[in-house]
Amino acid sequence: MSAAGRVSEARAGWAMSSPALAAIILFFVLPAIASLALSFTDFDIYALADIGNLRFVGFQNYERLIGNPLFWKAVTNTLLFVGFGVPFIVALSLFAAMLVNSRWLKWRPVWRVALFAPYVTTLVATAVVWRYLLHTRYGLVNYLLSLFGIAPIDWLGDPHASLPAILIFVGWKTFGYNMIIFLAALQTVPRELDEAARIDGAGWFTRLRHVILPAIAPTVLLVSVLTVAGMFQLFAEPYVMTQGGPAQSTVTILYFMYEEGFKWWNLGSGAAVAFLLFLCILAVTLVQLRLAKRSGAI
Amino acid sequence: MSLRRWSVTLLTAFVALLTIAPLLWMLSVSFMARGEASAFPPPLLPSDPSLDNYRMLFGSFGIGRFLLNSLLISTLATVLALLFTIPAGYAFAKLRFKGRDATFRLLVAALVVPGQIGMLPLFLELKAMGLVNSYAGALVPWLAGIFGIFLVRQYCLAIPDEMLEAARIDGASEAQILRRIVLPILTPIIVTLALFVFLGSWNDFMWPLIILADQDLYTLPVALAAMSRQHVQDNELMMAGAVITTLPVLILFLALQRFYLTGLLSGSVKG
Repeated sequence: MSAAGRVSEARAGWAMSSPALAAIILFFVLPAIASLALSFTDFDIYALADIGNLRFVGFQNYERLIGNPLFWKAVTNTLLFVGFGVPFIVALSLFAAMLVNSRWLKWRPVWRVALFAPYVTTLVATAVVWRYLLHTRYGLVNYLLSLFGIAPIDWLGDPHASLPAILIFVGWKTFGYNMIIFLAALQTVPRELDEAARIDGAGWFTRLRHVILPAIAPTVLLVSVLTVAGMFQLFAEPYVMTQGGPAQSTVTILYFMYEEGFKWWNLGSGAAVAFLLFLCILAVTLVQLRLAKRSGAI
Repeated sequence: MSLRRWSVTLLTAFVALLTIAPLLWMLSVSFMARGEASAFPPPLLPSDPSLDNYRMLFGSFGIGRFLLNSLLISTLATVLALLFTIPAGYAFAKLRFKGRDATFRLLVAALVVPGQIGMLPLFLELKAMGLVNSYAGALVPWLAGIFGIFLVRQYCLAIPDEMLEAARIDGASEAQILRRIVLPILTPIIVTLALFVFLGSWNDFMWPLIILADQDLYTLPVALAAMSRQHVQDNELMMAGAVITTLPVLILFLALQRFYLTGLLSGSVKG
């Protein structure tokens, strides 16, 4: 190609990518970096009115957070969501994917779409629906349990049941997404290998452990990383279903950040929460990648 | 063999029914009379189906306004996101310019940073720009769609270079090549991306909750959350509100699910 052509190609390249790059820098990169800077200030409702009231306070926001029991409650709750939610949702998704991938299954596309449907529904709307499904007296969930002789559970009113209640909702809402990812991975598992194990007399669980899981290990990791990130981002669920209660048992880090920032207008302190949240997600993701490398999954 | 076939299919059908049961129940209760759903055991079907709840939502609650807001914001978000991401994705795949690969690597790395991290400074930034409490403020995050660029680039990589070179030799400008040659090839992925952005912006909650203060500007999810806090007892009314909020996107997904599910795979599973 001529030199002039190359110059015009480069010019077109920048012209076509710069609007998007400008938007990303302006509305994504800059705010993310500013979050760190903001977390060292006492930006509050007074600074919002007059920027002259803004002061640099060093690590004061962080120190205050460390001394705030509600912050630790939010951290603990979020870690509980991660600890219980990730294995639960990954197992549920893999189970659904194996079901839909079964060679014995008829009308496959129908089931695939039905199981995926909750993922595309509006979170707030389905959270409202599930609040009623989980109602202590009139809810369908307790009704179904009563058929098995289980006494009614106060899902959203009992601090011990509220977290499992939200996890059931989140699991229902998100497993379809992971299922599709698992489905693609399962289709790459060689049929012959599974057949050979079957002929050797390996049962369903043995084949899962020794044939299927090793073959899809990188996908299990990918889905886990995505689910961890999702659990750290829980906000609308407690906002709509429990408003953080009962007894603050469903206050998540993001919920805490929202209240700190937009309810009490402590934007400096809220930014400190956001930055800590980012560090948490990054740390968990790096640990998972390290573990995966050591076990040879990737 | 046939027994196994039926047992797997039956089990799957049962799991699928369990999965969509909450949505069917939402629809059913929305047609019930006031207070009818507050009974034990919970009624599955309305005894005397009526549209009263919907009439009330559109009449005294003015939900039509929120529906229009949601439609407007999601449509604009989709159009703008496509305008921003398609040329960028194409440029990163096919146009050679200095710093291209380094810039793209930075973008991919930025995918791990959740958008909520910068929400408070973004709010302050938009306040300084006078965009708080406006449709424009609600649209802003959708312009910066790194995932969209990534998706478009993946598809553009498959376009043969010879095709573009031939057009260049014929004297076509880069903009003409994008419009006349690349866009028609990209149609499936454009539909997919449009669907992603439309569903994403329709279902989004946290950002519109933060940036929209006037009730007149509320999107459906924000309005529904506010309503459900005030009308905790009105099951039937809230179910009708949930139907109005969720049904449009569910239908859109069902109509275009082929695109959506393929797009999901090309975006998340690498190699």
